[in-house]
Amino acid sequence: MASILSTDSENIMQPKNKLSSILEWGTLVGSTILVCFFLLVILWEIFSKGSSVITWEFIRSLPTEGMTKGGILTPIIGTVMLTLLTALFSIPFGVCCAIYLNEYAESNWLTRLIRASIRNLSGVPSIIYGLFGLALFVQGLQLGTSLLAAGLTLGLLSLPYIITTTEEALLRIPNSTREAALAVGATKFETIKDIVLPSSMSGILTGVVLTLSRAAGETAPILFTGAAFYINQTSVSVNQEFMALPYHLYMLSTQHQSIDEVRPIAYGTALVLVIVVFLMNLTAFYIRYTYRQHEK
Amino acid sequence: MRYSARRSLDRVFKYVFKVTGLLVLLLLGAILAMLIYNSVAFFVDVRPLDFITGLEWNPTGDNPKYGILPLVLSTTLVTVGAMLIAIPLGIGTAAFIAEYARPGLKNILKPTVEMLAAIPSVVIGFLGIVVVGPGIAHAADLANGLNALNGAILLAIMALPTIITVAEDAIHAVPKTYKEASYGVGATKWQTLRKIVIPAAAPGIIAAVMLGVGRAIGETMTVLMATGNASLLPTGMFASVKTMTATIAIEMGEVPYQTTHYFALYAIATVLFIMTLAANMLGEYFINRFRKYHAA
Repeated sequence: MASILSTDSENIMQPKNKLSSILEWGTLVGSTILVCFFLLVILWEIFSKGSSVITWEFIRSLPTEGMTKGGILTPIIGTVMLTLLTALFSIPFGVCCAIYLNEYAESNWLTRLIRASIRNLSGVPSIIYGLFGLALFVQGLQLGTSLLAAGLTLGLLSLPYIITTTEEALLRIPNSTREAALAVGATKFETIKDIVLPSSMSGILTGVVLTLSRAAGETAPILFTGAAFYINQTSVSVNQEFMALPYHLYMLSTQHQSIDEVRPIAYGTALVLVIVVFLMNLTAFYIRYTYRQHEK
Repeated sequence: MRYSARRSLDRVFKYVFKVTGLLVLLLLGAILAMLIYNSVAFFVDVRPLDFITGLEWNPTGDNPKYGILPLVLSTTLVTVGAMLIAIPLGIGTAAFIAEYARPGLKNILKPTVEMLAAIPSVVIGFLGIVVVGPGIAHAADLANGLNALNGAILLAIMALPTIITVAEDAIHAVPKTYKEASYGVGATKWQTLRKIVIPAAAPGIIAAVMLGVGRAIGETMTVLMATGNASLLPTGMFASVKTMTATIAIEMGEVPYQTTHYFALYAIATVLFIMTLAANMLGEYFINRFRKYHAA
């Protein structure tokens, strides 16, 4: 950092020779290529070694024989249910809070305090959300280690992101739109419900899908709130433990007693997880893109 | 609907929205209360000075030791290592995207960075086990590559998207007139970038780095999977280290409820919370300074 900011003795007016300008340009291009290279290595490793593992059989069968054989249906179902629960808790709460901040809140100390705590919450490490979930939901509210406790924990973790992205979407609606509705006699709530929310829906959805894709890949918050090593059934209930894709990958690559034997399954799990997350991101980009086209 | 019914519905929802805003405040308050309550319970058993200056973390021995220094130093070592890699790469890439890349290339590079950000941390940790670890072991002739260097490389990859995005915004926001004035006196593009653009964007770039630091300190899964987790004072980049987040993740699953060891993990979480909060607040301070400076 210091070397970039410091001024050196070279004369700023001196014409540069070609070699040094290539070197200078190369530094920037080089770092950009290296960053892209990181992504390529990650994707190449996961896709080349995971794609041979993924078959229809792998997706739809249960883990068997101490998870050395079989598929990953149980963790897939667990992750889907967990993400749905997260959505169920965080969306209504987050959207309502964003509506309060953008439509109702006056510019006073309380509003500033709420905004500051939202910024704070988004910086809190995910493992601390895990501890909070353990203390509040698992032990405090006696929910035990369960799908419900983990879903609530991930819901809290997602909250600041949902609020921030929803507020950005609400901000894009011009005030004249609200005033037009109020002028024809709609109450403030009716204006929000019938005019503001529908016209900012795509922006809200984009933020929601991106946030949920993040939640689907989280591991630390579910470590102590309900993720299980192994479950031998696919039926899910909110008050029982569950298997989840990220936790399954963590467990297969560090905790399993025959790590080398399950390595192919770990690659397959990683690939499915990456595909799920990328598909959710693509959905978000698609919503944003069609909305922008529509707007033009 | 009758007018009075519409009016009362309006009033009810006004309070519903306000309550959600206050609940967010309550959430941060509850997290703080949890951390403080459990830390106080810990400091009843262990003197704060022994915790902060203790050189040994061995809570399960016959004579339990609760010294946090090895954990704090491990976290610091891995984070500093990550930043040594991520800062030059991140600023170089940000400068390339903001100043050199044509719009077509920008449209490829920006989604690439977003894709890197979307990869779940557990997948990056898995890559640390199967790619980076064996690579380090081979290059440095070690028995295994699970050490501080491995964690630093992975955390650099995780912090890069944050650093690139925020730094690119900052470089992009530098007024065009600054650059034109520099070109006008005969400076080359590189000279302008180094002596004008980057110094002018410095507060934004520092903010980018601080947000990256906050992300690296709080990251759990990658360091848990890749750094070897030996709770000793770290001796160098090739030493196996156990960060604060990894300690919480490993030991919380094993401790009996409400023992000194249990409370100790919350005390670690409190220190972790303070460290990430400091990094994020510094980042925010510099972002605000940057905005103020360029609004004037």
